[in-house]
Amino acid sequence: MEKEQFYYDNKIVKMFLWATILWGIVGMLVGLTVALLFIYPGLLEFAGSGNSISWLSFGRLRPLHTNAVIFAFVGNGIFLGVYYSTQRLLKARMFNDVLSRINFWGWQAIIVAAAITLPLGFTSSKEYAELEWPIDIAVVVVWVVFGINLIGTILKRRQRHIYVAIWFYIATFITIAVLYVFNNLEMPVSAFKSYSVYSGVQDALIQWWYGHNAVAFFLTTPVLGLMYYFVPKVANRPIYSYRLSIIHFWTLIFLYIWAGPHHLLYTALPEWAQNLGTVFSVMLIFPSWGGMINGLLTLRGAWDKVRENPVLKFFVVAITGYGMATFEGPMLSFKNVNAIGHYTDWIVGHVHIAALAWNGFMIAGIVYWLAEKLWKTPLYSKKLANAHFWIGTIGILFYAIPLYVAGFTQAFMWKQFNPDGTLVYGNFLETVTQVIPMYMMRAIGGTLYLTGFILLAINIIKTAKAGSPVEDELAEAAPLKKISGQRIAGEGWHTWLERRTVLFTILTTVAILIGGLVEIVPVLLVKSNVPTISSVKPYTPLELEGRDIYIREGCNNCHSQMIRPFRSEVERYGEYSKAGEFIYDFPFLWGSRRTGPDVHRIGGKYNDNWHFNHMLDPRSTSPGSIMPRYSWLIKNDMNASNLESKMRGLATLGVPYTEEEISGAKQALLTQAKEVENNLRQDPEYVKNYGSSNIQNKEIVALIAYLQRLGTDIKANAPTALKK
Amino acid sequence: MLRFISHNFDGMEGIEIYPIISLLLFFIVFVTMLIIVIKMPKKNIDEISQLPLDNDTNSKENNYE
Repeated sequence: MEKEQFYYDNKIVKMFLWATILWGIVGMLVGLTVALLFIYPGLLEFAGSGNSISWLSFGRLRPLHTNAVIFAFVGNGIFLGVYYSTQRLLKARMFNDVLSRINFWGWQAIIVAAAITLPLGFTSSKEYAELEWPIDIAVVVVWVVFGINLIGTILKRRQRHIYVAIWFYIATFITIAVLYVFNNLEMPVSAFKSYSVYSGVQDALIQWWYGHNAVAFFLTTPVLGLMYYFVPKVANRPIYSYRLSIIHFWTLIFLYIWAGPHHLLYTALPEWAQNLGTVFSVMLIFPSWGGMINGLLTLRGAWDKVRENPVLKFFVVAITGYGMATFEGPMLSFKNVNAIGHYTDWIVGHVHIAALAWNGFMIAGIVYWLAEKLWKTPLYSKKLANAHFWIGTIGILFYAIPLYVAGFTQAFMWKQFNPDGTLVYGNFLETVTQVIPMYMMRAIGGTLYLTGFILLAINIIKTAKAGSPVEDELAEAAPLKKISGQRIAGEGWHTWLERRTVLFTILTTVAILIGGLVEIVPVLLVKSNVPTISSVKPYTPLELEGRDIYIREGCNNCHSQMIRPFRSEVERYGEYSKAGEFIYDFPFLWGSRRTGPDVHRIGGKYNDNWHFNHMLDPRSTSPGSIMPRYSWLIKNDMNASNLESKMRGLATLGVPYTEEEISGAKQALLTQAKEVENNLRQDPEYVKNYGSSNIQNKEIVALIAYLQRLGTDIKANAPTALKK
Repeated sequence: MLRFISHNFDGMEGIEIYPIISLLLFFIVFVTMLIIVIKMPKKNIDEISQLPLDNDTNSKENNYE
């Protein structure tokens, strides 16, 4: 058949390449900043004591770091690799140039919007899904544009077989779309505030179904697709076992979707859902290691090239990191191991092995290799790339190892008992100050990694300057012959399936939906999964405003609200948390990390003055604390202008607020605020310093009211109130 | 929001069977996939795994390594 000439779009690949480098540096810089805040909590209080800056506080910067690294750095890195490899594997230019540009600029606009709104405190509080509802809608639109562009390219391809990398891209597109939409179903109550439509246990399950699969389908499957294209390409030999890659693909997407509940072991989630999560997480080691082995063994007989070629060095460490992280994951899903690791820095170490080694090094390798292809010139400096490799590798080790040590230290200190049955480290702070040296080493590791990445930026800029800008690359291939949609003689089932793109896409969707539905539908729909507790009542208007401040400040980034049923936790925090206590929590705020202590039973533990002083300067009440100061809470007037619409929104979602309660909300809020203010006046120091400052109108009062309410409902009516 | 539909399932008898059905479904699909993959002809496999290596552009692929 006559060959057709066409052009590959290299311009879009270059655009994503620059975006990857830019956001990589930004995301890592923010990461380094939050790492330093662990050691110097007052680092960003430029104006001196008592004048901390709200949008530079840890609780607001941490989501910025995670979102920047996941969606901006790795996200652009994925698009970079996908736009390059898809065109070559399918022998076709991307489906539509306009869609490619919308994909690029739309994604960058979303990142900028996130970088502005997250520090301003617009957050839904759900990890890796913090963006508020208008940005969520934009994410979905841009993602769908990407999907149309990808599937459109597949449909106009000149290559009959669809290589395994493309399947990983398809699975990524579909699954992220499904997950993102379902986890972000929200009830908007104002332009930048919404409530999750799920509450408590159900919200937690949906969030971690999403959260874990964001790891699976954003940080893993697309990058595996890149591995299956770029490792053979760079090593110039086919993948070790194509059969294994097919097994890897189907097993991975089928198992991953069930694994979410391993983030909620020993919580108030129903036992059967926890066990389901454990079983599937443990099984995940098989496809994951199958993939790792497949990647590494591709280099069999070519290990000499690894010595020569920095790109392959990056790939080898990346794939090894993938293997380490996917070994740790299943291990951490065993309940007994999870009991040690959960809420500690072990988890932070674990995700950084994956992020820094697997994602970061995979992308670095691809960027170096593509720079030569895109600018048709040798890399500016191979030495510099090697330096990046070594500095980065040492950075990863310096980052992760101290956090493993910190994680175990925390777990053992939290659980250590004296012979008389009291806790050895009854003061949580001791377990924080103990690991500060580890945080220092982690910051050094992060600095090294960032330094390496800056070397990459320099190297690529120099390479681009020396090279020729080939924006459209000429290629030729014969168009596909029309053949029947039926299976042709001698054609295998899987080969047939591979050329039926739409059918393939549907089957992938079915595979991921089965797991999701089985796990989630029963918890959402079967009432007996969440036993109600009659004494649990909705929040008062002031507490509701306080809760929204808690969300805005990102308190859940460091404080959990979920006491696990362990002797050590009940001794430290009080009665363990019950599923029925969270039914009015839209969204849930269980948290995933205890940099500070759990706060689910904080209500009534300290007096209002303690909270007031603690927010103003945590180190005045708790010497050695690394919590930020929240001085603006004492200065900012409480803005309750959306109170009615918030309560109406929650009433629609199922919170039993009556019409009278809603119309009288403002008055009730003022009355309760006055009560808190009166309590504060018990302290003569307070009267002396703030007696005339109208504190009852300030945000701090709402936050104190919320904190004092936390976990107190079941105390009113001892646990016997539990009813089916 | 989901309460508008969820009450329909509250009293549903035998809803516990759902996870078992799906587990079976999973294993059937998995085993079928395994058989299909093992039976794939070697020729096809080799052909597909060469795809990333096809140097099809007019401008010869650079090899600067």
